[in-house]
This record gives sequence, C-alpha cells and structure tokens, in this order.
Amino acid sequence: MKENQQTEGHRGTGLAGPLVSSPLGGGFASGWQTLFYKEVLRFWKVSFQTVAAPVLTAVLYLLIFGHVLENHVKVYDRISYTAFLIPGLVMMSLLQNAFANSSSSLIQSKIMGNLVFLLLTPLSHWNWFFAYVGSSVVRGLVVGSGVFLVTVWFTDLSVAAPLWAVAFAVMGAALLGSLGLIAGLWAEKFDQLAAFQNFVIMPMTFLSGVFYSIHSLPDFWQGVSHLNPFFYMIDGFRYGFFGVSDVSPWLSLGIVSVALLGVGGLAVHLLRTGYKIRG
Amino acid sequence: MPAISFQSVSKAYAAPRGPKGATFLALDDVSFDIEEGEFFGLLGPNGAGKTTLISILAGLTRAGQGRVTVLGHDVQADYAQARRLLGVVPQELVFDPFFNVREALRIQSGYFGVKNNDAWIDELLESLGLADKAHANMRQLSGGMKRRVLVAQALVHKPPVIVLDEPTAGVDVELRQTLWQFIARLNREGHTVLLTTHYLEEAEALCGRIAMLKTGKVVALERTSELLKAASSHVLRLKIDGELPPDLAAQARVTGRIVQFPAHDAREIESYLGAVREAGVIVDDVEISKADLEDVFLDVMSSTNASGGSKTAEGA
Repeated sequence: MKENQQTEGHRGTGLAGPLVSSPLGGGFASGWQTLFYKEVLRFWKVSFQTVAAPVLTAVLYLLIFGHVLENHVKVYDRISYTAFLIPGLVMMSLLQNAFANSSSSLIQSKIMGNLVFLLLTPLSHWNWFFAYVGSSVVRGLVVGSGVFLVTVWFTDLSVAAPLWAVAFAVMGAALLGSLGLIAGLWAEKFDQLAAFQNFVIMPMTFLSGVFYSIHSLPDFWQGVSHLNPFFYMIDGFRYGFFGVSDVSPWLSLGIVSVALLGVGGLAVHLLRTGYKIRG
Repeated sequence: MPAISFQSVSKAYAAPRGPKGATFLALDDVSFDIEEGEFFGLLGPNGAGKTTLISILAGLTRAGQGRVTVLGHDVQADYAQARRLLGVVPQELVFDPFFNVREALRIQSGYFGVKNNDAWIDELLESLGLADKAHANMRQLSGGMKRRVLVAQALVHKPPVIVLDEPTAGVDVELRQTLWQFIARLNREGHTVLLTTHYLEEAEALCGRIAMLKTGKVVALERTSELLKAASSHVLRLKIDGELPPDLAAQARVTGRIVQFPAHDAREIESYLGAVREAGVIVDDVEISKADLEDVFLDVMSSTNASGGSKTAEGA
C-alpha cells in the first residue's frame, strides 16, 4: 500500500525500526493495524458490558424459549427446538454486537470530539474501513463464540459443515460492521443511533428465523422473510450445523455477498467523501 | 519551499440566519506563506477565520476555493504525506476516555506508522511534565494535564511543522512556561511553528512574523518588529474621573476609567492632554508607555473594515 511505503520513508524522524510483535511492546505494523488494535482494545476494556452481557442475554433467551417451546415445536426432522435455537441465538448475538461495535465507537468519538485524533492522521478511507469492520468482526466472533460455548451444553449439537458456519459468521459480522459504520457516520446523537438499532437492526434480526423456521409461517410472511438479508445469514449459518436449511446455502452465500458488497461499498464511499466528519 | 502555503483560500458556510441558501464567507481569498523554521503567529478576534484556516490546513475542512500545501504536499490531493508532516494541537480539550496517557500516545504514534517510539514518548512525557501521569487514565487528569497530553499527541510523530491552535487557553502559568520552553526548543531545532493565541504577549515574545485576520481577510502580515514599528510608538494611558467628550473618546480605547491614546510623538501626547484638560475631565493618573502587540492589534482591527485590508497587509 502506497501510504505504508511512505511511512517507511518518512524523513526527518529517524523513527523507523523493526516491527514489534506485540502492540503493547511499543510498535505497530501500520496505521490501520493500530486503529484495528485500538478498536479491539476499546471493547475489550469494557468486556463485561460488550461480551459478558450479550452472552447472558442469549442464555436467558435459550432458557425461556427452549423451556416453553421444546415440546411444542419441531423444526426439521430429528432436530430438537433447543438445538435449532442455539445457532440462531449465536448468529443474532454476533450480528447485533458487530453492528454495535463500529456504530457505538464512531458516535462516541464524534460526540466526545476525540475523532479529531483520527481525522488528523494519514489513514485512508480504506484503512478506516478495514480497521472498523475488522474489529467489529472480532467482537462479533468473540460474542458468538461465547454464546455457543455457554449454550452448547444444553443439548446435543453437532457441526455438520463448519466451513459454512465460519463463512456466514465472518461475512455476517462484516456486513453488520459495515452497516454500523454507516449508522455511526450518519447519526449525530445517541437517540438517532438507538432508533436505527431498535427500528431497523432489531426487527430484521428477530424476524429472520432466529426463533423459528420460516416454513412454519404463512406463505405471505415466508415471502416477506425472503426479502430480509438477515434471514439468509442465519439460515446459511444454521446449515453449517445441521446440513439442512430453509433455502440453499449457495443462494444465501450469494445474497449475503451482494449485500456485503453493497453496504461495504456505501460505507467506503461515505468515508472517502468525509460524510458528516469532515466539513 | 515554504513549510505552509495558503494560496487564495476561501471558504463559505451556510448562514445561520437569513434566507435559505444564504452563505457567509469565513475566509476570503487568503494567501500567505510560512517559511521553514519560522515561528509564525496567526492572530485575530473570535470569528476571524483562524480556526477555519487551520482546519483546512489539517484536512478537517475542505476549502471552497484555493490550495494549501505543507512542505509542497497538497493537503487534499496528497493528504497522507501532508498530514505526516503536520502536528496539530486542536483548540478543544478532547480526549479518549478508554485509554491512559501512554496508551493514547502509543496509539497516536501508531496511526502515523511510527514504530518503537517509546524513547520519544518518554521524552515528551518528561518535557511536558507528564512523566508521573503516564499510566493515569485520561478521565483522571485535570484540564491543564489534558492540554499537555494534547500537545504530546500532536508531537508524537515528530512532525516538522507544528500547529498550535490556542494551546494555552485556560491553562496555568506553569504549563505555559513549560510548553513555550519546549516549543521554542523544537523551533530552534528546525521545526516550523504556526501559533494562534489570544495572549498577545506570547505572540510578541515568540513569533518572528505575524498575520492578522479579520472577518476572513488578512489585514496585516509583517515581521513582528515591523508591526510594532509601524504602529504608534507610544501609548498615553490616563485614569480619569468623568466622561470624555464623544469626539475625544472616538480617538481612544476606553476600558472603564482607563483611557488609552495612541501617540507617535511628544506633541501628540501634549495635544491629547490639552484636549482632556479643556474638556474638564479630572485625571487621577498618567502613564506613557511603549506600544506593544496588543496596541498594534487593536489599531489594526479598528482601522480596517470587513471589506478591505489595512496598509500593512501584503500578499493577501
């Protein structure tokens, strides 16, 4: 990358040196890696709130819905409701937290004014994008793994096609991280971000088949569900566990890829133009 | 090659009042260069456009027209290199509450791709009196300490060009002394410094050259010594009991009971004293002093209007 080459050649400072493996040891490989590390460190410093709390929430969902519906709902043959619910809860937590990471970091920095530290740096819009989305993916995966590790003991659960599960987890987190970037750039106060979260992200996650198979819905609502990209992320992720899903995992992969390109492209465009962050 | 070059920079904002679509000009065709190694002062009253000009230089705002370069690098077309060469201390007292002082400095250093920077970070902490606060969270610091961290963050990548936007606003004398000693040292070592401040005695003591902005225009651009020479050489300060007649008051700066007349020679001083006596105003105290930058600043600001520059403006 041109910028990094220029960094090595920065005249006058005499500060170039060998890469230190640990960031806390005194050095970073490049600007975007620093931003990525800082964003991961930011949520990790408040992990009780950013990791433990969503894991607990997911466990409560499992206990309540699993207990109430275990003997009343049968999804796919041979799969218990609790087993069906776990991948949905993992993915829901993963997506919501990936969104929360980039959006809350940006809005906090904007409102507190410390975004200026970043705006003064030579980081490009691509650097910003990869650092914010990358850290969102990390938080999504950490929370998703936490939910999985805590809930997997409640039932017998096998992973039929782990690569599919990983692919949808990473792509879903990247998509929501990008969406969080857009929301964080757009919102000017916490109210607006909360509205985005409560009126867009939350309904789309809940109505995506986390708690049910869309085959149990009337035809009309099945059709509506097919318009929700969150449905394909969760359905594809679930395919990784059971080897069966409501729609083909290839179709889900295609739709999630297109959505990621579209949302990611918009986020990069807004960063490039300095939307609401550069006057 | 100039360290900083402003070339016909203009910037308009939407007017907060007035008809829809109305704009006001925050900067109007501003042009001047700052040479490498200069200690340059940018002065002006609130709303003159100083911070807008610095924001354009730092890439926080885009110019409507014109071009700005840092050591030859355009701040828009070649922003990455321009920003590497620039260290900016922002005016607002902002901080990231998630990190301690050392973490904040390491992170800021990392953004610029500067690795293994702990030796310089230690020197900054020492020079700015922050050594014992290195592991304190930013939230725990006093306002003055936060201001020191802001300065350290701006300098952490050793930029050859340093921009200080009112760095001593609301801070104690000790920090001002510490800061100016350190910045003066960096300037002696070859760093270019651009300073905006409301403390005119600081600008007079530190800056080799000064530009004055008023309503977005450069109204004075001179060496500090020339500015002081060009202005009235003396100031007659009177402490009076009563009110001056309007025609006499128009020639003076009145602050409560203190009245100041700019004067070039003894005859002018005598004529002011005579006019005051004739007006029947009781004078409690008289003082004649050399004009300082504050007098020059007030002279320039009062002798110019929004549409034009003063006689001292050049290249603007």
